[in-house]
Amino acid sequence: MLVVSNLCVSYGPVAAVKGISFEVDSGELVTIIGANGAGKTTTLNAIMGLVPIVSGNIVLKGNSLAGVPVENRAGMGLSFSPEGRRVFKSLSVIDNLRAGGCTLSRSDFDRRLGSVLEQFPVLRERREQDAGTLSGGEQQMLAIARALMVNPTCLILDEPSLGLAPKIVTKVFEIIAELRASGVTILLVEQNVKKSLAIADRAYVMELGMIVRSGPADELADDQFVHDSYLGTGSRESGNG
Amino acid sequence: MAEFIQYLVAVLNLGAIYALLALGLVVVFGQLGFLNFAHGDLMTLFGYALFFMIGWHTPFWLAVLLAIIFAGLCAVAMERIAFRPLRGRSPMTLLITSFAISGALHVIFQVGISPRSKPIPIPEFLSGYITIGDVFVSRAQIFTVVVAFASLILLRLFLAHSRLGISLRASAADFDVARVVGIQANRVIALAFFLSGALAGVAALLWISQRGAVFPALGLTPMIKALIAAIIGGLANPKGALYGGFLLGALEATLLFLLPDNLVVFRDAAVLLLLIIFLVFRPNGIIASNPEPMR
Repeated sequence: MLVVSNLCVSYGPVAAVKGISFEVDSGELVTIIGANGAGKTTTLNAIMGLVPIVSGNIVLKGNSLAGVPVENRAGMGLSFSPEGRRVFKSLSVIDNLRAGGCTLSRSDFDRRLGSVLEQFPVLRERREQDAGTLSGGEQQMLAIARALMVNPTCLILDEPSLGLAPKIVTKVFEIIAELRASGVTILLVEQNVKKSLAIADRAYVMELGMIVRSGPADELADDQFVHDSYLGTGSRESGNG
Repeated sequence: MAEFIQYLVAVLNLGAIYALLALGLVVVFGQLGFLNFAHGDLMTLFGYALFFMIGWHTPFWLAVLLAIIFAGLCAVAMERIAFRPLRGRSPMTLLITSFAISGALHVIFQVGISPRSKPIPIPEFLSGYITIGDVFVSRAQIFTVVVAFASLILLRLFLAHSRLGISLRASAADFDVARVVGIQANRVIALAFFLSGALAGVAALLWISQRGAVFPALGLTPMIKALIAAIIGGLANPKGALYGGFLLGALEATLLFLLPDNLVVFRDAAVLLLLIIFLVFRPNGIIASNPEPMR
């Protein structure tokens, strides 16, 4: 499905991602975990084409994404909910979803809008409200719903639980697990290691721009290194957001 | 009562023209984060297009329509030739470039056409006055108010409901995320410039219909007023441009009515003084702008 090989990304002289390789198979929920500054968001931005890559390959369903402009990647089935949600604040909820479905034909759009609103009833209630007036949790649902409008082959979620109240965090992870169950392929980047490993099929651990561990999520959850680094103390698990 | 109606018409008249121009500035600002100083020259381009087409015996209204489209296309060309190669540079670079475009166009108008005013024959129904009760109101002013409001309503419908309008607002709100969802950057930017040029064309039609001539620096005064209107309105939102335009129009019209004849020359100074005071208290304009509009 999505294969990333030897990806390198630099900001000026600073190498942020140093030759990482990973893949997401069809129907899988794969998570990349790691501390702040490990290069997770940079990796996702590179997959979306938002930052230039120094070297490496990104292949989606057998098609290389090299040279494909950002705005053509949605049409190839790659969908993204960015860090910090970044809903279009001055647009109403429904217009956010319209923008999310701007590459669809009118009939596809109506169908997708119906199914997305069914999935997120709270957005149906607030459809005419400006997105900027929604709560953090609602904005996160809108950001995910916007990304789901194109019925993506691969959905990429960047820190969907960041800055949300614990109850809402649980809700967001429930939604992600539901999406996984309904067959959506998901690449999830999270700092909430415990919850991510609980719902993921496989996981990669990133540190300082490199992948240092990988494997099935339940194995990594029991791995001594992961345990010491990310799950060891209660404060670490909830406090690093 | 008579004076009040005349005052009201003056407010709507000035306000509507400033609002149309300020909207054009804000639409482009929303995409690229700079104020296009060559915006006023799009008015001048409209004026010359109208002048030449009428010279070639094009029927007036057809000439107006074609000249509005021409102004829109000139704006698109401006983006394609001058601003696109600088995409991603600081907004300051784009601003300075727009000064250069404006300067170059002035010279082209002066050398290529004429430094002097060219008369534009205004159709009869736009000249003269009509009476409402016992009040005389100029037909050109009524025409201005009607056309400006029709344009504003059309623009509002376009931005609120059409797919392109939503794309335009989405990319003004967050350019990168708009690209992520599949909105074509080059297309929305071209659309924004076309709209700004067409709005400048409509504003120029109204401006010229009350003055009957076109000259190289035609766009300068109204453009500066539009800059002021856009800044007091707040650059984040088209609504701000609307409020700013009408607020500026109301201020000017009020001073025109209140100031004794020998002080009317100080009108612009008084308006600017009031605006400075306004900005001291509300530096981000009526509708506060996005704290990070630059890209």
